[in-house]
Amino acid sequence: MNQTPYRLVVGLEVHVQLSTETKLFCGCSTTFGAPPNTQVCPVCLGLPGSLPVLNEKAVQLAIRTGLALNCKIAEVTKWDRKNYFYPDLPKGYQISQFDQPICGEGYLDFPDPDAPETTQRVRLIRAHLEEDAGKSMHDEVHGRADSKIDLNRTGTPLLEIVSFPDLTSAAAAKAYLTELRLLLTYLGVSDCNMQEGSLRADANVNLHIPVDGNDIATPIVEVKNLNSFRAVERAIQYEAGRQFELWKQTGKTIKDAPKQTRGWDDEAGVTKAQREKEESADYRYFPDPDLVPLRVTEAMLSQQKVVLGESPSAARNRLQVNLGLKPYDADVIVSQGQSMVAYFDGVVAGGADPKRSSNWIQQDVMRTLKENDLSVEQFPISAARLSELLRAIDASVVDNTRGKSIFQYLLEHDATIPDAMAALGIVQVDSSEIETLCKELIDENPKVIAEARAGNAKALGSLIGAARKKNANADAKVVRELLQKMIDAM
Amino acid sequence: MNVSREDILKVASLSKLELAEAEFEVVASKFRNVLAFVEQLNEVDTTGVEEMAHPVDVHTVTRSDTLQESLDHDVALSNAPKSDGEFFLVPPVLG
Amino acid sequence: MQLEILSAVQLGAMIAKREVSCREVSKYFLDRVHQFDSIVSAMVNVFDEATVMEQADQVDSRILGGEKLSPLAGLPITIKDVLCLEGLPTTCSSKMLQNFRPPYNATSVQRLIDAGMIVLGKTNMDEFAMGSSTENSAFFPSRNPWALDRTPGGSSGGSAVTVAAGMSPLSIGSDTGGSVRQPAAFCGVCGLKPTYGLVSRFGLIAFASSLDQVGPFAHHVEDLAAVLQVIAGHDPRDSTSLNVAIPDLTSGLNAPLKGLRVGVVREHQDHPALDPEISKAVQATQKLLQSLGATIEEVHLPNSRHSVATYYVIAPCEASSNLARYEAAHYGYRARMTTEASSKSSTSGRNPLEEMMVVSRSQGLGEEVKRRIMLGTFALSAGYSDAYYKQALKVRRLIANDYQQAFQKVDVLLGPAFPTPAFRLGEKIDDPVQMYLGDQFTVEANLAGIPAMSLPAGFTRDGLPLAIQLQAPQLQEARLLNVGHQLQRAGLFEPKIAGLV
Repeated sequence: MNQTPYRLVVGLEVHVQLSTETKLFCGCSTTFGAPPNTQVCPVCLGLPGSLPVLNEKAVQLAIRTGLALNCKIAEVTKWDRKNYFYPDLPKGYQISQFDQPICGEGYLDFPDPDAPETTQRVRLIRAHLEEDAGKSMHDEVHGRADSKIDLNRTGTPLLEIVSFPDLTSAAAAKAYLTELRLLLTYLGVSDCNMQEGSLRADANVNLHIPVDGNDIATPIVEVKNLNSFRAVERAIQYEAGRQFELWKQTGKTIKDAPKQTRGWDDEAGVTKAQREKEESADYRYFPDPDLVPLRVTEAMLSQQKVVLGESPSAARNRLQVNLGLKPYDADVIVSQGQSMVAYFDGVVAGGADPKRSSNWIQQDVMRTLKENDLSVEQFPISAARLSELLRAIDASVVDNTRGKSIFQYLLEHDATIPDAMAALGIVQVDSSEIETLCKELIDENPKVIAEARAGNAKALGSLIGAARKKNANADAKVVRELLQKMIDAM
Repeated sequence: MNVSREDILKVASLSKLELAEAEFEVVASKFRNVLAFVEQLNEVDTTGVEEMAHPVDVHTVTRSDTLQESLDHDVALSNAPKSDGEFFLVPPVLG
Repeated sequence: MQLEILSAVQLGAMIAKREVSCREVSKYFLDRVHQFDSIVSAMVNVFDEATVMEQADQVDSRILGGEKLSPLAGLPITIKDVLCLEGLPTTCSSKMLQNFRPPYNATSVQRLIDAGMIVLGKTNMDEFAMGSSTENSAFFPSRNPWALDRTPGGSSGGSAVTVAAGMSPLSIGSDTGGSVRQPAAFCGVCGLKPTYGLVSRFGLIAFASSLDQVGPFAHHVEDLAAVLQVIAGHDPRDSTSLNVAIPDLTSGLNAPLKGLRVGVVREHQDHPALDPEISKAVQATQKLLQSLGATIEEVHLPNSRHSVATYYVIAPCEASSNLARYEAAHYGYRARMTTEASSKSSTSGRNPLEEMMVVSRSQGLGEEVKRRIMLGTFALSAGYSDAYYKQALKVRRLIANDYQQAFQKVDVLLGPAFPTPAFRLGEKIDDPVQMYLGDQFTVEANLAGIPAMSLPAGFTRDGLPLAIQLQAPQLQEARLLNVGHQLQRAGLFEPKIAGLV
């Protein structure tokens, strides 16, 4: 399967913005998109004399995430200062967690991109809380004008989730990230909006190259500025190729070069070395004397266990095992998010066949949502109503084509299925009527019948249209079956 | 320990400070004296002693996730050395 | 009437009974500020008379309206320029913050204002509270009102001077390693550093966050109690603030000392640098306490000899990080970058942003501050953190443990506040280690987080104030104040105003 002359080794550091109302250490809003420097106070401006106080919600969300990621939650966690100078970091240090992160080792299973019916596991080193920096806007044109600093984002709570280098392909990295994002949205801990920077990933990439029976490792490169899943995938692919070429040229291994930081240039499709002074890596971590340690109690843990809910993988499993969906179909529904799973569950709970429910949701419901840019919560047909419609199809009360017409009608009208049928002039045709209809058709179309009898299966098709003209409510499937039966009996 | 000129320059640089050549020797000598003085701590046997980062035993202090009023925009920028009324302005990173 | 020698509590009672108005009292002290500050240079910024009188009139009308105010309502107070106060710059006596106007009041300051006290202005200090002489002020050194060629101590030198010279009946300062107690000792007034966490640090501009505490200055022990009563108490904006009930600190002042166990620290009393006159003052206090029914016991603090070194690692480490915010981006001094400076950036290898930060910090911060930042940066840096910072935190634990053991045997500790009386201006400024060694007796209370108080104890033959120090276990401020008040009543000291006329 592995055709490259090397093994790719990737670990991801993912920064997730937690869904709190207020910042990690002050009461300013975290809402995205406010006018610059309007969501700031003495604390997040770093004004002299101001002091941080921890947001309990951020702690709760971190614990919830840690539990869902199978992490060991620390009994005691503390806060450290990471010291470096930058104008979007107004205190001159970032409050983070150094040696006692709130979440310790864990793991996440995600669908294997090469074998969708199985999963891969990525082990996690840790997940810790920290505050975000502000935003700097540089003069990209000439580089001469002043940079503009907006501190609205400063102090927003982030959870940094660090994986072991267990990912062996760009596709696997993307699949892990996809599953992580899905899980985080299921947990309600983050909106994971990448455009707004709620989810940001850095990738640590290197290669293990087998040479004379030994593995040679290339220097580790941290790729930053990955602003989309596609960027993650492309950057890793690019970096693998670049490192292999560089190794062929220079022979440099992990022992010859320290970890390098490179930025992903999405437009150019390349990674570029970032100028970084040697000293800036000396962050001089030490415990923040303005903050006290946090003890995580059993009560805090159980409070979060209660609200964990069903994970995406558990939902996939249930849809497959309990409801008989194919892995692909289960994944499509689960990937739409928790509300879609709830909608599907509602349709099935109303008595509709799970597979038919899955098909209709994937085709008709999801298409309508997409076309109208709606969320499933806003969808005009309730799960119970759709269930009623699908039951009618299951029972052959209406055929699929009529069913679609009723579906369209229900999108615009709040009506019961019988009312919708009445409004559309759909009546159920009884079997004796169909029989009469078929006899008429056979009598009126001797030529077509002859062709059909000669074995041309397609020939009957033209009769279906004719049947519809005679009786719009005739079920095409039933007509076809009866015609065939009559011809066979001739 | 011996603190070299390079060590002192590196510490100054990490601290975002610069030392004028004229004052360097005076500063360096005071720096070395103080460092030599605090080196006595290495004589103390601290095997098994827990570090004491906080003088009082306080833990698990949190606040509820409730909005507090932010500063008025003009107040937030009022102490800025340079501002365009919207942003804090600093010299460019590139030069 | 000489208002400056009355106890603030007494004066407050007179205001409450309308024997004297707040306006009269405020005017009286503000006049003394105007009269003496040119001699002692204690104030960095003073409110103009109209502002002070407006505040005073408000209090008078509230009293007239029959409102029940705090016992200190209507009393003037000065505030060390390390505490944020709206309406004036808060400078930390630094060029860096010369024009900084905080948009909020420190919690302790707000509590004083809420209690109806009248803020006269901000007092001079060693820049960012780093120093023991107020000579490190970026603006001017303050002078000791008992001997103008001597320092008032530091870092809260200006606060001690305003009280000693009768420019204000009360002041508050901050004490990180002795910065309230030592200037109080030099200036012949009372000074208290409370238990760490008792007074909110919100709005106290940080020097070393795990050591800083706000504390009062006064002529009378009962006044320390009254001010502490106002400023102590839990503050949800300070995570290190203690969430404990604050006892009535004044009701127990007159409790008899019979049976009180007083410890005398052998290591302090035998210290080679201890001035004999101060040693004698401690011994005299010992006798006085015995006469009041206390028993004296000798105690040991075996790790005491390392306390200054411990302090001078931990404090600079925290300071190096606390002062990183002065990067000239959002507030504070920014150097004017000439084209010359920008072209210099190409030679320094720094980009224009870094150049601005480095030059602003280098110009805006004073020598002592810069050296401590560098020392802290060094002690926290990769490869050195274990040997310096972490080792200091461990020795700190040993020192705190020594205190805990001592307090199992005794109720309070008696000793010197400072090895010598006030030294001369310029005497030690060029020898930091000598300067630091003076902090021997004061830094331990900060390292251990315990309350400590310095009290006047007479004068040297040359007429310089002498002082002793009392220390107590955490949260035993009431005990400390009780002992101090009884000592004052028994004649340890007589409140005196330094004569400047």
